[in-house]
Amino acid sequence: MNQWAFVVAAYGVTIVATVGLLAWAFLSMRTAEAEADALKRRQ
Amino acid sequence: MHGYANPTRFLKIARPATAWLFGIGLLLLVAGAWGGLTMTPPDYLQGDTVRILYIHVPAAWLGMAGWASIAAASISQLVWRHPLAAVAGRAIAPAGATFAALCLATGSIWGRPTWGTWWEWDGRLTSMLILFFLYLGYIALASAERERGGDGRMAALFGVVGAINLPIIHYSVLWWRTLHQGQSISIAQGSSIAPELLWPLPLTMLGFTALFAAVALMRMRAELARQKVEARLRRSMAE
Repeated sequence: MNQWAFVVAAYGVTIVATVGLLAWAFLSMRTAEAEADALKRRQ
Repeated sequence: MHGYANPTRFLKIARPATAWLFGIGLLLLVAGAWGGLTMTPPDYLQGDTVRILYIHVPAAWLGMAGWASIAAASISQLVWRHPLAAVAGRAIAPAGATFAALCLATGSIWGRPTWGTWWEWDGRLTSMLILFFLYLGYIALASAERERGGDGRMAALFGVVGAINLPIIHYSVLWWRTLHQGQSISIAQGSSIAPELLWPLPLTMLGFTALFAAVALMRMRAELARQKVEARLRRSMAE
């Protein structure tokens, strides 16, 4: 049993989930703040 | 804490803090993971799979710390009616759920070569799985309450009651001696892990914690911006 295959799988899952979480949080923040700023400028 | 109840004051601190936490977290995480993958020796029993623990242990810690933060925010909301508490609870939940899921996934991947099985209905594994389901329940309840215009009191109660699972997770390895090993690091007794294997762990712990905090702040900022838009739209419709 190649132990490194398990190590790579565990780190791979962690990288995908962490990057996904950070990207989702960043994009939803940017979208919401841009919308709030745009509305503030319009009014 | 009430000093930061004002969203404007909170945002003044949260904006630079988000970038700092992200930068420091990434740096620590890369250093810890690099050290854990290339600079530490394999364990005499587990071999190279011991390297999975540098991500599994922080994921377990953040899964539990996330719910402890939700419980603290919920108490703050129910007792002191802190205006940012419900926002904080909702912001922490997706990150907590992700790390609880990562704890289960990396533990399962580590368990196959070490224990010879992907999964066992062991006390620690089962209570951690329950924590993951509690997160899903909290997210669903908080979203439903928010859509109906509620004040988030039900989700806050759920957050406090769900904290009962935290000591169960912690003491599960003592109460039910099944497959999961006992505690390797404790405040009272120190660490039973060899120092040459241990040193990357604080780096990945701190790195993941900083990234978790950055995600929570980004979610809080998104929620506050959405609330601002809703308030402005309501005001303009009323005029």
